[in-house]
Amino acid sequence: MALAKRIIPCLDCDNGRVVKGVKFLDIRDAGDPVEISRRYSDAGADEITFLDITASHEGRATTVHTVEAIAGQVFIPLTVGGGIRTLDDIRTMLNAGADKVSINTAAVFNPDFVREAAQRFGSQCIVVAIDAKKVSAEGEAPRWEIFTHGGRKPTGIDAIEWAKRMVRYGAGEILLTSMDRDGTKSGFDLALNRAISDAVSVPIIASGGVGNLQHLVDGVLEGHADAVLAASIFHFGEYTIGEAKQYMAQRGITMRL
Amino acid sequence: MNKVAIIDYGMGNLHSVAKALEHVGSNARISVTSDAQTILQADRVIFPGVGAIRDCMAEIRRLGIDDIVAEVIRSKPLLAICVGMQALMERSEENDGVDCLGLVKGQVKRFANARDPETGDPLLLDENAAPLKVPHMGWNIVQQTEAHPLWAGIADNTRFYFVHSYYVSLAAGEKAAGMTHYGVDITAALSKGNIFAVQFHPEKSQHGGLQLLRNFLAWNGES
Repeated sequence: MALAKRIIPCLDCDNGRVVKGVKFLDIRDAGDPVEISRRYSDAGADEITFLDITASHEGRATTVHTVEAIAGQVFIPLTVGGGIRTLDDIRTMLNAGADKVSINTAAVFNPDFVREAAQRFGSQCIVVAIDAKKVSAEGEAPRWEIFTHGGRKPTGIDAIEWAKRMVRYGAGEILLTSMDRDGTKSGFDLALNRAISDAVSVPIIASGGVGNLQHLVDGVLEGHADAVLAASIFHFGEYTIGEAKQYMAQRGITMRL
Repeated sequence: MNKVAIIDYGMGNLHSVAKALEHVGSNARISVTSDAQTILQADRVIFPGVGAIRDCMAEIRRLGIDDIVAEVIRSKPLLAICVGMQALMERSEENDGVDCLGLVKGQVKRFANARDPETGDPLLLDENAAPLKVPHMGWNIVQQTEAHPLWAGIADNTRFYFVHSYYVSLAAGEKAAGMTHYGVDITAALSKGNIFAVQFHPEKSQHGGLQLLRNFLAWNGES
């Protein structure tokens, strides 16, 4: 009897299409976020994260329609991130059917935005996304900093202090991505994840670096993650959500099976 | 035609509840509304809620939803969800203490079962004294503690999706329909006459949640 750890597939979308598409079984349209979301939900995903990387203003309207369509067919929690900069952006996404929004860069440039958002909409729907990168040298005590612009721009802000501050301001959950590991398939930055998870009271979603199912297990058992987010291992059909859940459950992790 | 009113008092995402009801109820006509007439003329009513209880209660009172809910439960089924369930209770500890509707006897408490020895801050610990995260967010087991038409077709100990930092603790004499454990025992569902209330989100709980909503659309109240 315990709360289950969550598996969250992440869809990166540009102008309403899943970037790079997915390659698992017999899907009709490999770029359709609605169909892909439904398939993941049927396969046992505990939540869906939809990351909008659309740059154009017109594209944003497409995103809203996509979120509406997903919410009309998928009855598990849906988080929408990317380009959330104003209270109106949040309201638009919640009205479209998102359960949570993920705030990243806007929080770094204006931390009070997180406070206002949590006060207005409640902490339960405010996820703060943190992109962190190790800045300490080999042999030094480990230290991580917040980076923006896809990990290119350092901010000088300590990642652990930042996480604590965001929680104080009302973040209900932290989506933590290691920019060192993102795309490497070498596993989560477990030390980073554990340091932040142990420092704050709210759930942590580990992200960045998943290449196999043992990485998911390590994220929970060693990284103290409450949820694990992955994209490519699921998109490219290397593993199904069901296989991931079974694997984790066999190693003693409480899962919703 | 099955008329369902979802009470809208400006707090949070009602789209999800409406979409889930549309999905399971092909003959349901769903209105999202704060209009007293529409609510009182519906066959059944949903009382949702998210966010902070003080703001919720302020809007509930400002829009006269308190009187409408009291009226509804005299004559038709009401499903309260999350903060909607908490609002039915007598009082919540949230926001330094807020009086609620008092339609069900009991309190809404902050998740805590210990205190930090240094700071005195409330803590929530598991059976191994390891800290648990608050909010209680994710899929947890609901043990059905009474037979009820809203549990029809739902296996005992099914997992539902929760997201909350405060929980309902019923007074003696009130009836829990489902219990969940997260550091402490929490009332996951309660029933009282025409009221069925759930702390979890059926509209986000996939098969089990959709079945509960389907059951609600067929329930005529008073178990």
